[in-house]
Amino acid sequence: MNFVKDDKMIRIEDLVFEYGWDEEEAAAPVNAVDHVSLEVERGSFTAVIGRNGSGKSTLAKNINALLLPASGRVIVDGFDTLDDAALWEIRQRVGMVFQNPDNQLVSAVVEDDVAFGPENLGVAPDEIRERIRFSLTAVDMYAHRKMAPHLLSGGQKQRVAIAGVIAMKPEIIIFDEPTAMLDPEGRAEVMGIIERLHEENITVVLITHFMEETLNSDRIVIMDRGRIAMEGTPAEIFSRTAEIEALDLKLPFAVELTARLKERGIDIPAGLITERALSEHLLTLWKGNETSDLCPSE
Amino acid sequence: MIRDITLGQYYPEHSRIHRLDPRLKIIVTLVYIVSLFLVKDFIGYGIVLVTVGIITAISKVPLKFMLRGLKPIVLIIVFTFTLNMLMTQGTILWEWGFLKITKEGLYNAVFMALRLVFLIIGSSLLTLTTKPIKLTDGIESLLKPFKRFGMPTHELAMMMTIALRFIPTLLEETDKIMKAQQARGADFETGSILRRAKALVPLLVPLFVGAFRIAQELAMAMESRCYRGGEGRTKLNALKFRGRDALAIVFTAIYMAAIMAERIFI
Repeated sequence: MNFVKDDKMIRIEDLVFEYGWDEEEAAAPVNAVDHVSLEVERGSFTAVIGRNGSGKSTLAKNINALLLPASGRVIVDGFDTLDDAALWEIRQRVGMVFQNPDNQLVSAVVEDDVAFGPENLGVAPDEIRERIRFSLTAVDMYAHRKMAPHLLSGGQKQRVAIAGVIAMKPEIIIFDEPTAMLDPEGRAEVMGIIERLHEENITVVLITHFMEETLNSDRIVIMDRGRIAMEGTPAEIFSRTAEIEALDLKLPFAVELTARLKERGIDIPAGLITERALSEHLLTLWKGNETSDLCPSE
Repeated sequence: MIRDITLGQYYPEHSRIHRLDPRLKIIVTLVYIVSLFLVKDFIGYGIVLVTVGIITAISKVPLKFMLRGLKPIVLIIVFTFTLNMLMTQGTILWEWGFLKITKEGLYNAVFMALRLVFLIIGSSLLTLTTKPIKLTDGIESLLKPFKRFGMPTHELAMMMTIALRFIPTLLEETDKIMKAQQARGADFETGSILRRAKALVPLLVPLFVGAFRIAQELAMAMESRCYRGGEGRTKLNALKFRGRDALAIVFTAIYMAAIMAERIFI
């Protein structure tokens, strides 16, 4: 097993991944991920967004060696995913939460399910018990530890799935569209926990197709047809509204509102991308200048 | 409606019987079944009845639940009873045409029916007082010696665990598909048996496809949580043999001694 000390948590170098062969198009391989290079800093929060089939999920599965590159390399905390001997080191470091909360819970009791990962790692029973306590507490599900998963709501199930990953003490957690099947309440719960984990210095990679969920990230990566189309901080990305719309993605509400207000000649400083920041700004504008052009003559 | 199906027949309670090691309970149940075949008269059944009664009382499982287990086999009991009653040769008590009831027949019929009843009640006690997941653990542990002969014990237990976990999920899925089909005019409830069976085909196909999808996703989730078979795996709730289990062994031994003594000396 080769281990090279690496300051980057994840280093993706010119990754190509092929999903079989497209039979109709003269036996040419279809690249789901097409020459992607990306570096993820320790403790950062990276949001990967893109339309269906943009390769974002495939990219995620390449990070914990569920899928292996056709060419290029993926290095996780110094371990190469192509190195068979490093497989379990990588999977222990990279936790993964999937889209469907039902299909990732293994056991018929919540605490047994959280124990599944540590059991696989060969952790001693007393230590597992301790890990169950702290990871279920982290997602506010400790009170439900004896329940059967099918009696929980979608958001609760997803939180149990997250606890199951936390119990393995990962460095990175990849969320593969974790809110896609949840109701608004469940989405808010799960997003709250993701942000809390980020504050606890866990490296977060969030795959999503909800623009709103990317606003609090450190960096946004927009994927399109297997390639990285745009990359930057949320403030940078959302100042390039025309490019985002050209990629068929919906702008976050505050960004779109800002753009429309600008069209009407109202000057709004760049970087107000959350609804809260924008509404506060608009409120001060309005209070400070009641007769301004914000409220045309009445 | 489909969601009301209860899983297994576990009766949640915190009795001494519930807390016994599942391995021990499985073995004791097997011993008990053997003992039923050693009983040769009604005094023997008296011992069995008293023992089962005491265990039931300790387990705090209501009698109603115990008897519920008999429902599915009532037909078998009646069948055995009638057959035994009519087919045994001996002193004739009652005769009508080719039908005749003999004294020995009546005795045999009651004897056999009781054996069946005790058999079911005894094994219900096991499933009523043991969570399915614990039963699985127990079976895995008991089968461990066969691992040497290439029996995939861990895999079998994992399969049972996952099956138990996904029964409600698949029921929900079935319910969903059924409603979707009914909304488009499918009819599952009327017509002959053949018609109804045919109506199930469009239900089963998506269900199977769904089950394969679930299996694939679950396998991926398990793999990313470092699942690599039973090798090097620890267990959260490792089965432990405790003082109360030793006590249960002593009681089982006394019970078996009583059954044997009754068979030999009375």
